[in-house]
Amino acid sequence: MSDNMTKEIIEEEITPPAEPGFWKESWYQLTRNRAAMAGLIIISVFTLMAIFAPLAAPEDPLEQTIPARLTAPFTDGYILGTDDLGRDLLSRIIYGGRISLIIGVVSVSISLALGGVLGLVAGYFGGWVDRVIMRVIDIMLAFPYILLTIVIVAILGPSLMNAMVAIGISQMPRYARVLRASVMGEREQDYVLAERSLGTNNFELMFHTILPNALAPTMVQATLGVGEAILSSAGLSFLGLGAQPPTPEWGLMIASSKQFITSAWWVVTLPGIAILLAVLGFNLLGDGLRDILDPRLRD
Amino acid sequence: MTDELLGIDNLSVSFHTRRGVVKAVRNLNLNIREGETLALVGESGCGKSVTAHAITRLVPMPPGVIESGIIRFRGTDLLSLPEKDMRSLRGSKISMIFQEPMTSLNPVFTIGAQIAEVFITHEKLGKKEAFTRAVELLDLVKIPDPAKRAKSYPHQLSGGMRQRAMIAMALASPEPGLMIADEPTTALDVTIQAQILQLLSELKERVGMALLLITHDMGVVAETADRVAVMYAGRKVEDAPVEELFANPRHPYTAGLLGCQCSAPSNQNAARLTSINGSVPDLLTLGEGCPFANRCDNVKSECMESFPDSSMAGEEHEFSCHNPISGSGASS
Amino acid sequence: MLKFILKRLALLIPTLLGVITLVFFMIALAPGDPARVMLGERANAEQLAQLRSELGLDQPLSKQYMLYIGRVLRGDLGKSIVTQQKITKELSDRLPATIELALTATLFASILGIVLGVAAARKRNSWVDYSTMTGALVGVSMPVFWLALVLIMIFSVGLDLLPTGGRMNVRLYFRPITNFYLIDGIIMWFREGKSDYFVSALKHLILPTVALGTIPLAIIARTTRSSMLEVLKQDYVKTARAAGVPERKVVFRYALRNALLPVITVIGIQFGLLLSGAILTETIFAWPGIGKWIYHSIGARDFPAVQGGILFISFFFVTINLVVDLLYSVINPRIRLK
Repeated sequence: MSDNMTKEIIEEEITPPAEPGFWKESWYQLTRNRAAMAGLIIISVFTLMAIFAPLAAPEDPLEQTIPARLTAPFTDGYILGTDDLGRDLLSRIIYGGRISLIIGVVSVSISLALGGVLGLVAGYFGGWVDRVIMRVIDIMLAFPYILLTIVIVAILGPSLMNAMVAIGISQMPRYARVLRASVMGEREQDYVLAERSLGTNNFELMFHTILPNALAPTMVQATLGVGEAILSSAGLSFLGLGAQPPTPEWGLMIASSKQFITSAWWVVTLPGIAILLAVLGFNLLGDGLRDILDPRLRD
Repeated sequence: MTDELLGIDNLSVSFHTRRGVVKAVRNLNLNIREGETLALVGESGCGKSVTAHAITRLVPMPPGVIESGIIRFRGTDLLSLPEKDMRSLRGSKISMIFQEPMTSLNPVFTIGAQIAEVFITHEKLGKKEAFTRAVELLDLVKIPDPAKRAKSYPHQLSGGMRQRAMIAMALASPEPGLMIADEPTTALDVTIQAQILQLLSELKERVGMALLLITHDMGVVAETADRVAVMYAGRKVEDAPVEELFANPRHPYTAGLLGCQCSAPSNQNAARLTSINGSVPDLLTLGEGCPFANRCDNVKSECMESFPDSSMAGEEHEFSCHNPISGSGASS
Repeated sequence: MLKFILKRLALLIPTLLGVITLVFFMIALAPGDPARVMLGERANAEQLAQLRSELGLDQPLSKQYMLYIGRVLRGDLGKSIVTQQKITKELSDRLPATIELALTATLFASILGIVLGVAAARKRNSWVDYSTMTGALVGVSMPVFWLALVLIMIFSVGLDLLPTGGRMNVRLYFRPITNFYLIDGIIMWFREGKSDYFVSALKHLILPTVALGTIPLAIIARTTRSSMLEVLKQDYVKTARAAGVPERKVVFRYALRNALLPVITVIGIQFGLLLSGAILTETIFAWPGIGKWIYHSIGARDFPAVQGGILFISFFFVTINLVVDLLYSVINPRIRLK
């Protein structure tokens, strides 16, 4: 059919920017960025730890051994010591890693989904649709982020799942903005105009044609967002609005051990170091990605 | 040459980048006499701008490296001068103006303050006095209502006025010896261009300074230059007084440049514009031969092998070509 | 510029309205019955019903919303369930403490951040640059309440150099004048010749300031560095050098003035964030500010208090952002003189 032939010719002539070369080149540059590689390694370690938690953890994180409470690290076979209920800290930290990773992924997915759709629609249609959506986003951004998460959790009720939803919703505006800008940039490209001239409808244009190419800048935000989600969740747990005992969530572990700073420093310090390392990993990777995807690459 | 103001001997400047070494300028010999206007011509990337920056030692030093050469300013080698002494020359004896007046002026300071800064730096004047002198300079470069304008910010002025302000800044010295103008009119309207060039000529006469005019526009050259040096891919290919160059170009590239210009004097009778086929070579992968070989109509086998030594075609006319155009005035 | 100001001010109304709406729904939709919380377990159905009608809880949601907006606009945030005091009074009592801490933290973060950022930019890729930037990265990767605890562990408990919490040594009794303890301390110094108050206030401020200020410090340092690097690449810096201006002056007078423009915006935003993030830090340091009050109110299920506190801080936040925007348009000549 002549229509198909035309389509093939056009697709051959005008290739969309996301060719294989783009990703290969980006990967190559990523490996040369030391900080990003360090971040990637850290994240991989945590991911492996999370997946193989049952194998890696020496004890059950929820099992209480009251006689062994508040044992110092490297005593009695407890590598990182125990907390005030006699639970092995190393195991709790390992399982906590699993939880943190889930928190990060779920929150970011929610943000990306919500913000992505809004940004896509706003960027694609422009005009009053864009203005309305952006006004809502602006109002959301006017609210201080921490308080927004608290408000949402207060409405939904304190639990880890609700904390993830709250974080996801609070982070949404940034993804909306990034994607909107990206979509606006892609909207006028040749390959889009070509598709449009073949009569592709709006929905397909938005989701099949433009979206895959517009996603690149959101990768940076998403990576950094995982780190932020972990920190926010820790904060919410600290306020009693996130994870509930006895869940081995890192922030909660710190919060419940506040009173032991004089007697058992490890219960407070070690989970915090875990948070630090995990978030650092995501920040390193995120920064590295940002350097690579930034068109104004400096030498 | 006792009235030599600036003498460049065998200058080579390279940039060591992650992707390789870019030989921006190679074995350049150039000189400028006191009070003379020398135009340095060539396409973008030919090294003319780098040369200008090398003279003032403003080449960013990583990744730039001055591989060899001497730059004599009134007898003193600029390249071996301590930074302190170089700095006292900059802005007073050797000044420079750049292509984009909007980005070359600091957006958060008034133009008066920026010009005054030069007086404060070199003549150690106080703020008020320096500002008054700045206003005088603005008047010299024919900016209307200079006292008021001096208090304006760059974004409040038009392109032409900004360039005048830059020129004023470059003149803020009792005896400027050399002004280097790096594509001063490229970013301006054609009508303003003419005004600025006119201004430069007048000021030059008045103050008695030499002008190194960097440009890719042969029309500008015809208007203002005493002598012309043509560069290509880091090398100088021809160097002659302006009428001689336009009348008897020897290097095929020069001829090509002249052929591209409607307004070049030798081309008054041409029916069409000629353009040079091909594009500038990648400076990372230059060999030993003549860099123009792959675009040259006169190319011979020796052109690929070695860069020609310079020959003379008259007392002041120098060129580097294995197979030059015979002097006839016709373009290739 | 006037147009710009008016436009920004016009945006303020819907934003504030949006904030009020959000906070209203927070309480309206929250599970639990405020009446029961207030009266306790032993109240009977009649008393509950009566209180509910007093509080307007039996009205349709939209009507409650209107009433709420009306009350807020009149400055009435209700009464705290726990203390039975007017919430506006509770807030204004505690506001100076929160502001004092937020201000010192911002000052600390700004000065140190700008200094480090400039140093890193000038000596790009040197050890100064790498260590500062790595430190900054670590700084934004840690939870602030954890940092606070660690600092207390090291400096209070371990080294016994600084106090664990509070604003002033309990044994030093004095009547607050401005309620800004540093200022009061200086006033007392003049009046009674004793520096004890000032010193004690200062000592109590150090750890919270460092804890609260570390993240802004990291952000400001990074922003300063990248802004400075951008500016140093600009043509006008080259112009200044070509005119023979000494390098020091080029960096600190010509480049810095331009580089600081975005940094000032960041500082303003950080100040706003510090105010809103006070909940976490104040609690750890037993700092008697709004944050700690909201925290305890959450625990005590004192809904009006939580609502009022969040609303109050949000208003502050929105206002600060507005001020920052306006400030930027004033200091940037390109916008000021459009």
